[in-house]
Amino acid sequence: MILSVLHVTTYRYELPVRGVVQSHRLTPSNFDGQRVLSWQVEATGGTPGGGFRDGAGDWVQGVSVRGPVSEIAVRVSGEVETTDLAGVLRGHRESVPPQVYLSGTAATRADAALAELGRDAVAGAQDALEAAHLLSAAVAAAIVYKPGATHAHTSAAEALARGEGVCQDHAQALIAAARAQDVPARYVSGYLMATDDGTPHEAAHAWAELHVPALGWVGFDPANRCCPDARYIRLGSGFDARDAAPIRGVARGPGSESLDVTVAIQSVQQ
Amino acid sequence: MASTYFNEMYQEGAVRPPYRQLENWTADMPAELRSLKQAEAEALFRRIGITFAVYGEGGDPDRLIPFDMFPRVFTAHEWARLERGIKQRARALNAFLLDIYGRGEIVRAGRIPARLVYQNEAYEKAVAGFVPPRGVYSHIVGIDLVRTGPDEFFVLEDNCRTPSGVSYMLENREIMMRMFPALFRENRIAPVDRYPDLLRRTLQSVAPTKCDRDPTVVILTPGHFNSAYYEHSFLADLMGVELVEGQDLFVEGEFVWMRTTEGPKRVDVIYRRIDDAYLDPLCFRPDSALGVPGLMDVYRSGGVTICSAPGAGVADDKAIYTFVPEMIRFYLGEAPILQNVPTWQCGKAEDLKHVLANLPELVVKEVHGSGGYGMLVGPKATKAQVESFAERIRAKPGNYIAQPTLALSTVPTFVEEGIAPRHVDLRPYCLVGERIELVPGGLTRVALTEGSLVVNSSQGGGVKDTWVLAG
Repeated sequence: MILSVLHVTTYRYELPVRGVVQSHRLTPSNFDGQRVLSWQVEATGGTPGGGFRDGAGDWVQGVSVRGPVSEIAVRVSGEVETTDLAGVLRGHRESVPPQVYLSGTAATRADAALAELGRDAVAGAQDALEAAHLLSAAVAAAIVYKPGATHAHTSAAEALARGEGVCQDHAQALIAAARAQDVPARYVSGYLMATDDGTPHEAAHAWAELHVPALGWVGFDPANRCCPDARYIRLGSGFDARDAAPIRGVARGPGSESLDVTVAIQSVQQ
Repeated sequence: MASTYFNEMYQEGAVRPPYRQLENWTADMPAELRSLKQAEAEALFRRIGITFAVYGEGGDPDRLIPFDMFPRVFTAHEWARLERGIKQRARALNAFLLDIYGRGEIVRAGRIPARLVYQNEAYEKAVAGFVPPRGVYSHIVGIDLVRTGPDEFFVLEDNCRTPSGVSYMLENREIMMRMFPALFRENRIAPVDRYPDLLRRTLQSVAPTKCDRDPTVVILTPGHFNSAYYEHSFLADLMGVELVEGQDLFVEGEFVWMRTTEGPKRVDVIYRRIDDAYLDPLCFRPDSALGVPGLMDVYRSGGVTICSAPGAGVADDKAIYTFVPEMIRFYLGEAPILQNVPTWQCGKAEDLKHVLANLPELVVKEVHGSGGYGMLVGPKATKAQVESFAERIRAKPGNYIAQPTLALSTVPTFVEEGIAPRHVDLRPYCLVGERIELVPGGLTRVALTEGSLVVNSSQGGGVKDTWVLAG
């Protein structure tokens, strides 16, 4: 399948800022399940900084914008050819050992409830792959999809306690539960084409990858109770939502900032 | 049983050769002159402003660390062996860091448990796969040594991040030379004043790949409230480089820039004296105001060098320490010249059993602790202290390591009653860049309390000038 993406993030500053520095993880990498056909990232008035491929295989690009500036738009557009590999991240070049992803962060720390959820889920699993599927299913059952119930800084433990959340909460809860079972797990940010009727729609998405010894990293999307397929584009990974964020930035200046994100994705006729 | 300790000046009733000149020196010095000189030394230290805590131990930042005028002396021969051992260790520690952020051969070979490396708090995923200039992660390696006999030295710990205290090494010498110039005429003492120059050259030698000119070096300090701020400004002065805080630097395009009165100036090498967590709010702690936003992206893309490299802390973790002799064999194919202190890991069941059964004879430390806090010195502890410490170990065994109580050597020290032996340790500062350099000397810390084995300044420790005699 060929997916076309247009993703625009607009930052508006209440008072003009002296400058902005951002770190972008906005470029998909190639692996057996996805091939980038064309891709562009532009920041209005931005000077490209250093770019490099990190140990996890993601392209990281620094960008700086000299002020005074009161609005910045980061525009991402491109086409990616995808193949359904049932979530298996085959052919992805990276050097970070899976064990690194056994370390928790504040957002993905397993409290007693998450540890118990994980323990109960994997009981009776025949192998690591089945255990991973069971973990994902358990998280999907424990957290009901409900936009607005949580916010960007909600931890996995808080989301489970509430019993509701969005894809970020599902992913972080799955990571926490998996790590508590000694399964390396990480957060993945990307895009999902949720409806296939050809109409563009909101499509920023997140899921988790669990490390299964026989297969390597395998994606699990508890929010949609499936493994990533040809409708998914993988942007990058990290310990948690913050670590895997497509855009991280700091603006120098007082005043508040507001954020507007639009993502459109559609399949392209071949 | 003071007699079981190795006295570096007297052996079997005779004065050891390196201390012969000092015997005459003290014999000729009347008590009034000594107290006069001691007061003079203190006044000099106060005037210079060197009152910070050694090794960032906290405590009162304005407190003066006591300076003892009686020098600690090594022969050229003794030093030659130490130097080989220290450089060997610095090479191995750097090889280890390069390896664990690369292919991890030592873990694959089963020589070090993966958990200790990859789940280490100091492991930085953000630099995995990165090869810093010349492959160096730790550019200033401070190795803490103790001596237990004429030829017996043990490494207590390695400091691979930003070991402090080198300003004491330089100041102690400066003050001794000012107060006792004759001593330096009568003895051939190897100079240490090349250190700032060697440090600057070391830092310049690791300029980033995108640097195509004479590299600009800066020292990045957390600010004047930091206990080692004096040292930061002292070293900047001696090296002739700028001392900056995070707010003086900014990222634009592919480089890091320093604000100056003549406009922005590009910075190539940052000798940082702030922790990894505070370096860059985009990469590490988002609430840090001490660092430079975007710094890590510039670093990883070859626009600036950070010394020590982020992630270097894995090598000086107390749990990793046990494996340093193994690193020396694995990477260098050599036998370790300096020995480790035998160490029990309380996280291992059989070690824990041994430790709990022998607590009154052991020294127990927290794996991540520093500054002599949170430690138990078994032979000096009361029964109640030992028992309450045992409880803490049982609650979190993985947090503790234990070592035998070492018979630290003593050096004559000026005390109220005259001259008496006091226990010492040593921290030399090894520089790693294009070359590996070690100035002949280091910082000797002395436990001023009679019988005390704890040399930390927060626990009544002082400092001494450290001499290496020319061969």
